[in-house]
Amino acid sequence: MTILVVVEHDRGSLAAATLEAMAAARRVAADLATDVSALTLGAAADAVASVLAEHGADTVHQVHHDLLADYGPEAWGEAVAQAVRALQPAAVVACGTDRGNEVMAQAAARLGAALVVNCNTIEVSAAGDATAQWTITRSRWGGSLLERCTLVAPVKLLTVTHHVFEASTSPGAGSVLPLPVELEAWLARTVVAERVERAAGVTLSTAPLVVGGGRGVGSAEGFASLEELAGVLGGVVGCSRAVTNNGWRNHTDQVGQTGTRIAPDLYMACGISGAIQHWVGAMASKQILAINTDPEANMVTKADYAVIGDLHAVVPAITNEIRRRRAQA
Amino acid sequence: MTKTESTKPDRARVVVIGAGIVGNCLVGHLARLGWTDMVLIDKGPLPNPGGSTGHASNFIFPTDHNKEMAYLTVESQDQYVARGFNNTCGGIEVAREPQRLEEFKRRMTSAKAWGIDARLVTPAEIKELVPFINDKILLGGYYTPSVSVVDSLATGTQMREEAIAGGALRVLANTEVLDLETVETAGGPQIKAVVTDKGRIEAEHVVIACGVWSPRIAAMAGANIPLTPAVHQMADVGPIDILQQSNAEVAYPIVRDMDTFCYERQSAGSMEVGSYAHRPILMRADDIPSIKESALTPTELPLTYDDFDPQMEQAIDLMEMLGDAEIRYAINGLLSLTPDANPVLGETPEVRNLWSAAAVWIKEGPGIAQLVAEWMTYGYPHMCDPHGSDISRFYPHEKTEWHINARCNEHFNKTYGIVHPREQWASQRGIRRSPFYAREEALGAVFFDARGWERPQWYESNAELMKKYPDSCKPRTHEWDARWWSPITNAEHLQMRASVGMVDLTAFNEFDFEGDGACAFLNYVCVNNVDVAVGRSVYTPLLAPNGGFRGDLTIQRLGQNHFRVITGAFDGGRDNYWFRKYMNEFNEQRAADEGDVTFTDRSQGICTLGVWGPNAAAAMSKIVTDHTTASYDLSQDGFPYGAVRDVLIAGVPCTMFRISYVGENGWEIYTRMEHGLTLWDSVAAAGKEFEIIPVGIGVYAVTGRIEKGYRLMAAELESEYNPVEAGLARPKVKSVDFVGKAAYLAARADADKNGPAATMCTLSMDSQRCADGYDRFPTGGNEPILTLSGERILDAKGRVSRVTTAGAGVSVGKFLLLAYLPPQHAVEGTKLQVMYMNELYPVTVERADATPLFDPTDARMKS
Amino acid sequence: MRVLVCVKRVPAPGAKINITADGQAVDTAYLAFTTSPHEECAVEEAVRLIEAHGGESTALTLGPGDAEEQLRYAASIGVDKCVLLPIDSDGSTGGDWDPQRTSDAITTAIQGIEAADGAFDLILFGNESADSGNFQVGIRVAHGLSRPMVNGIKGIELGNGGVRARRESETGVEVYVLPLPAVLGVKEGINLPRYPTLKGRLASKKVALHVVCPSGVVGGQQMITLVQTAEKASTTVVLGHGPDAAPAVVDLLEELGLLK
Repeated sequence: MTILVVVEHDRGSLAAATLEAMAAARRVAADLATDVSALTLGAAADAVASVLAEHGADTVHQVHHDLLADYGPEAWGEAVAQAVRALQPAAVVACGTDRGNEVMAQAAARLGAALVVNCNTIEVSAAGDATAQWTITRSRWGGSLLERCTLVAPVKLLTVTHHVFEASTSPGAGSVLPLPVELEAWLARTVVAERVERAAGVTLSTAPLVVGGGRGVGSAEGFASLEELAGVLGGVVGCSRAVTNNGWRNHTDQVGQTGTRIAPDLYMACGISGAIQHWVGAMASKQILAINTDPEANMVTKADYAVIGDLHAVVPAITNEIRRRRAQA
Repeated sequence: MTKTESTKPDRARVVVIGAGIVGNCLVGHLARLGWTDMVLIDKGPLPNPGGSTGHASNFIFPTDHNKEMAYLTVESQDQYVARGFNNTCGGIEVAREPQRLEEFKRRMTSAKAWGIDARLVTPAEIKELVPFINDKILLGGYYTPSVSVVDSLATGTQMREEAIAGGALRVLANTEVLDLETVETAGGPQIKAVVTDKGRIEAEHVVIACGVWSPRIAAMAGANIPLTPAVHQMADVGPIDILQQSNAEVAYPIVRDMDTFCYERQSAGSMEVGSYAHRPILMRADDIPSIKESALTPTELPLTYDDFDPQMEQAIDLMEMLGDAEIRYAINGLLSLTPDANPVLGETPEVRNLWSAAAVWIKEGPGIAQLVAEWMTYGYPHMCDPHGSDISRFYPHEKTEWHINARCNEHFNKTYGIVHPREQWASQRGIRRSPFYAREEALGAVFFDARGWERPQWYESNAELMKKYPDSCKPRTHEWDARWWSPITNAEHLQMRASVGMVDLTAFNEFDFEGDGACAFLNYVCVNNVDVAVGRSVYTPLLAPNGGFRGDLTIQRLGQNHFRVITGAFDGGRDNYWFRKYMNEFNEQRAADEGDVTFTDRSQGICTLGVWGPNAAAAMSKIVTDHTTASYDLSQDGFPYGAVRDVLIAGVPCTMFRISYVGENGWEIYTRMEHGLTLWDSVAAAGKEFEIIPVGIGVYAVTGRIEKGYRLMAAELESEYNPVEAGLARPKVKSVDFVGKAAYLAARADADKNGPAATMCTLSMDSQRCADGYDRFPTGGNEPILTLSGERILDAKGRVSRVTTAGAGVSVGKFLLLAYLPPQHAVEGTKLQVMYMNELYPVTVERADATPLFDPTDARMKS
Repeated sequence: MRVLVCVKRVPAPGAKINITADGQAVDTAYLAFTTSPHEECAVEEAVRLIEAHGGESTALTLGPGDAEEQLRYAASIGVDKCVLLPIDSDGSTGGDWDPQRTSDAITTAIQGIEAADGAFDLILFGNESADSGNFQVGIRVAHGLSRPMVNGIKGIELGNGGVRARRESETGVEVYVLPLPAVLGVKEGINLPRYPTLKGRLASKKVALHVVCPSGVVGGQQMITLVQTAEKASTTVVLGHGPDAAPAVVDLLEELGLLK
């Protein structure tokens, strides 16, 4: 009754998150006094067997099939389901990434089994016993709330929250075994058909980085330094309502209740006091860095990071620092 | 470091809690008045800490029927203008229903009184001003060009930063108040310190300017600020092309759709639709979410759409373009409601030096901040009389959640309603009833509310009497004039003057002052000398330190060291507070061997019956005895005017006080509540042969009073006016010091030299005939007195001449008005005009002093 | 064409999510409810597809009776039909249905609707729900209906009897070409959802609500309790004052992977 780890890779390139799943699997395996095995899908992944062994895989099951040459959620899920039926592991663990969760959900649907995603802790009450209680703590609300739940299933399907378990080496036997699967041709319908470059010209609502300017920018011309910073980072410039009201920028650049709602990885709010009107549009940002002269400004107190100071001095300094480091690299 | 960041001090002269419009402006005004060593605290960040100021619509419609609120609103708008944060856009109140057009005429009248430029507009004119409005559904409008949108955050920030720059203020944002400490003093609890999550600050004064959180903060000190957080729904819809094209924050006049209780206010490219039409949604201060728990801010709760949907339909009816606008921001915004819809200002009666500056709207914020600053500085405001907002006005039952919620539920939908000056509450009735109540009810009394007391305004049982006085008991043609009124009052008036009537005055307050210091203390708070013989009485004003009126009452000397104050139902709470405040100071300053004074509120145990009329003495003589069964000498010689005597009436101990507020011979008779019914029945039986009738407050407070020219606290008597101007100055001023004496002496000296700036006058209407051909009857709601050319009349101190009381002088056959007039007009026989419902009526000055129009020599009272 | 969009009613919390005393739910005393953000985009996408290609859109939710509000929202921005699977219709408190039970019930309901009104060409889900985040209901439903399904979609184009779906990955954009009928999990950023108009809001009240009593087999994942996470320190990390803070800012950009 092994603990099977589903290895995530992109055409042979191992996803680092897989090693977190390996670490989690080793912990569960220790509780259950069993071993850890890994499952790689597609011939391109054969090469990662040694890395998996270094991270505790006693056995690496390799699946080869033409349909697995590139990623396809249904083909991958079907392959995992067949592997589970063949190997009868105690649990299957993948990392809670987009692909990890998707493949495991496809497999779970095919197995008619429960799947608990984004686990933070996994407790098993009695080792090796079929009556063992599995109690899990998992992330909800993007990690702002936790759920404790039980998992009852013949095979426990799990994904672990990205960045919770730390990858570490722990040599395993690393025996490589081929695992045959039968995949029907129609599963090709969800295999990646082609790849394209990211569309040029990111928009305010989809940009990974937004540099916002508020009343503190002072003028239409004042936005030049913000444009420059956004330019070097591949981001876009947004603004608050005060700015459009003053005619400094077009309404299409307005972030807020009555403008665009943004959700970038980082929002750099420069000279923005943080009126609710604006906050509503910006609050979905993953991280917020406020640059403001007033440390008590709403935007500063709500931000994750802040620089206290005049944006007209701070913003060009950041741009210069980026250029300096790139020149060195 | 920046200008708003401060470190926490260990002590301060004053700590102001709350950095909304009120707290910010208050520290600004206090700094201007010389205060230093101040701390301003808010639990939220600046400039928008998350209270009601942050989501306010920020517009000002200056017209208000209430003088205090009108004055504070106009003053506030002036302050916004002076600071450059006032954006004038104009505003139109539109009518869908005919009765609204009547209300607009009333608004025109109030606008005239306060000097506000306003005009009535036709649907076509409205369409010109607001091209996207559907004029087809409108009957007309009331347009005020000076309506503006202000920047309350910027104004507050500027005032706060001025105080900081002047070195007078430290600011602690993101600082939560955890507790208020008090210390016990001889005069009760006194504020000691504010405990915050950043430490403790000892303070001489603490001001609660916390808006919807005020009750919660006050409770930390054992004080009560009676208000409730309540929802006002608001949605920002847009973008709308025509508004975007205007390229301005507000290019079009704000529209108040009065009959749907909604407004539409441009907000740059979108329209803000606000409503007072939905069901009242009240909360508790403790239940408001924290800043962290709030998706927006604690006072911007999610809109409950079902409540708002009907308003959306009405909004689209008015402005079709709104239908295609997107709902981008919609909230259940919290604001503060109080039981009577007025602010809650002043020192809390429970805790010394703990002040309330709560339940204030943006439109009156800066003015009220100045008012409170003056109050703290001078002991009473100089700007205007604050009686309508004074926190001490509330009786205990009015500070309960029961009362607050019931009244707020009742008046919320009247925010844009048409409220009659005599309008009666429907909720929380029957809270206080006199022992006569059952008899009165059986007599068909129509009860009016007097701060919880049920008082008969008139008696349907007297309807038959109208046949006896047909010329004086005509119905009023206009429904507005006749509302909350009956011609029976006039019949009761004449019957009382013809024979005798009995009036339930149980709503009076009786305050007993006892002890060695009682006489000295009362002499310190009263204008007139209370050191009279035992069994005698004194009528006296109380003055504010600035020499204006603060109270008006009678005091009986029941013993050498025992005085009883009699004051009205509407002033009881405020008078109670005022006496206690000065008594505490008096006792503290007095040496141990000088003796204290104690205060006992006897109001709950005493009922009062007034018996007046030419046959009052004859009727009472049948039942009044001394402590035996021997009849009592009720003659003017044996029981002169102003005397107070303990007697038996039908064997029941009573106290009789020969006095009158209606100009007739007779008494106020007091007895313990349990004897009340015996008293009533005995008087009714004794008076039967004289056709005694029960008489309502309609006579006592209006018709009987006005033809005697008697002044009423909070109507004629306000702190803007002094006894000289009110005609209540006595020839001499007593030698001992009293509150307001210096200012009063100065006012007398000034009047001696220059004449008073204004004088209380009695005017009569020469004609009441309106343009539609019937008579109108002003309600006494600040109708302006105008010159013959229609000009507003202002005295040398800038005070406007307006009607303070209006009523029928039934016995003199004229409709009378009381008003202050400047010297050039305060001359008997002068012809002027009064505006009522936007029409002008000719009036004549009948009296330019306190001489009664009816029975000028008071012969009837003293015979 | 016929498009179905499946949505979930979720609370819209502020900076802090409180849980009830019994730990069974988010304390929603003062919270608004909203449509899970990915699904808000899915609704918008469904409306746009119908606007572009003609046909009919339907919104479906499984949730408490109050979830009607989320269906009305969908209707207010242009969805034609609404289907409610009320989980508290049996008098129970509703609570959280596990993902297996939820997908079982939704699959059955869809089969019923399709039997009566015809098959859906496209069924849209959100990538995952904002509250429970189980990442699997759409995939299970697709499998139950034997239809192709790809999650994480940020672009949809119809043509040639199929659908081209774009998904962003670390390395670029993956394109999937699915035959119809298909199921897609939509990710926020695919579009900018419109706000309801006043008229839309009022019109949505007139859209008939088709109520289907849900039934599903209870699955293997059962919640015991919700647990509050250790509160994030409320203090903002100050990276520095003035231009001197620039290196710290750039360190942060590097850490967040934005300096590529």
